[in-house]
Amino acid sequence: MKYLCLIYDEEAKMATMSKSDADAFMGEYFAFTEGIKKSGHYLGGEALKPVNTATTVRMRNGKMSTTDGPFAETKEQLGGFYMIEARDLNDALQVASRIPSAKVGCVEVRPVEVFS
Amino acid sequence: MLATLIRLVGDFDLAEEALHEAFAAAVERWPRDGLPGNPFAWLVSAGRFKAIDVLRRRARFDASIEELARQLETSVEPVTIDDESLEDDRLRLVFTCCHPALPPDAQIALTLREVCGLTTEEIAHAYLTAPRTVAQRIVRAKAKIRDAGIPYQVPGRNELPRRLDAVLHVVYLVFNEGYSASSGSSLTRHDLSAEAIRLGRLLAELLPEAEVIGLLGLMLLQESRRAARTTEGGELVLLSDQDRSRWNRALIDEGVALVERALSSHRFGPYSLQAAIAAVHAEAASADATDWAQIVGLYDVLVRADPSPVVELNRAAAVAMRDGPAAGLALIDAILARGHLADYQFAHSARAELLRRLGRAHEARAAYERALALTQQETERTFLKKQLAAL
Repeated sequence: MKYLCLIYDEEAKMATMSKSDADAFMGEYFAFTEGIKKSGHYLGGEALKPVNTATTVRMRNGKMSTTDGPFAETKEQLGGFYMIEARDLNDALQVASRIPSAKVGCVEVRPVEVFS
Repeated sequence: MLATLIRLVGDFDLAEEALHEAFAAAVERWPRDGLPGNPFAWLVSAGRFKAIDVLRRRARFDASIEELARQLETSVEPVTIDDESLEDDRLRLVFTCCHPALPPDAQIALTLREVCGLTTEEIAHAYLTAPRTVAQRIVRAKAKIRDAGIPYQVPGRNELPRRLDAVLHVVYLVFNEGYSASSGSSLTRHDLSAEAIRLGRLLAELLPEAEVIGLLGLMLLQESRRAARTTEGGELVLLSDQDRSRWNRALIDEGVALVERALSSHRFGPYSLQAAIAAVHAEAASADATDWAQIVGLYDVLVRADPSPVVELNRAAAVAMRDGPAAGLALIDAILARGHLADYQFAHSARAELLRRLGRAHEARAAYERALALTQQETERTFLKKQLAAL
């Protein structure tokens, strides 16, 4: 099954990390990504630019409206994602638990809908 | 049987429907053709064919289901049923129902429904909710099992401790709901405790880990005091005032033996330690004859194994028995001063009791009143009112 792992971090906390801590954290991400490529779980994944670069778009009555920022104000923000292939939810949770941000933020694991 | 069918057909609802039809077929055929050599295997095998029929019927409306039915038909590993695969299936079912990805309410409802075989109405009655609510919880949980890909399996070695904790937690929640119902007028709802003990026995047989044994021991030791913990009029009797001749000796003996088994494994945890504390109480001829030093010692270990303000509160009560009310009161006040348990009725009732014993009636009254304001359970309210009146 395909699962999307949505990674939530506290941007404010990330921003105050020292250079060496930030480098170490990135290093963990590179190692993790390498690991799930080798194990065959990896389908794709990206990190996102900070939430202050986000724009929300809506179409209502044929008119487009754009607003600054994300939909809701929360302490943790969506900061990146992995799309993975896993045997079942247990397998997916094992992978998600090793995403470096799981230690400081959280990871939401969602099965991907399959349309027949 | 249901557990095995769920594994074979891979779907809770389909397995239930198929089993139902297999039983109906048995009722019709067995009296006519005689009892089969292995009735269990006959039912499972019939159940699988019924499942294929059910899928075929559905396939008239949806072509993709025909493919599923064909797979099920051709993936025929012959139905061999030995004790071992049967036990595996029951464990699979327990671990799936208590999967931490399901909401806690749903874990309990699903376990009582699928593992214990209670009806939706029975579960609703036990939890004082509407059958519709319970039915909805179960339907949603089954949908999540299917759609999120929760596997029907016993977790592997590295995951087992964490997942077993989740299972034991569900069992103990069911027991406690039956032992001290959180609301309503009857203090105990015996059926739920009995179901939890039955589950505990099943787990202890299938997976004899220290904490599984410990939890079963704990439940049996608590259950042994059931008859003594309320008066005939339904009023609460404190442990120290209970008529110990009314404790169930057979349950105590079994519980104590389980505690010894759990502790001797050296892999024990919070349940085994709580059971050990219950065993020390059970073996004392009277409240005064209780080995309070040993109980405080066990709480010291428990506070380290499972730190929580509630465990500290219980330890404080034991210290009060060993060293006198002033020593216990100081510990409870320290917990409250840290901002914990401010809304926990038992913190205030324990405090009230110690203040009363110290002759500080005025403060005792305020503490009892605080406890009363926090208590919904009718039997406990009556008890607190009586304590207040006796001041």
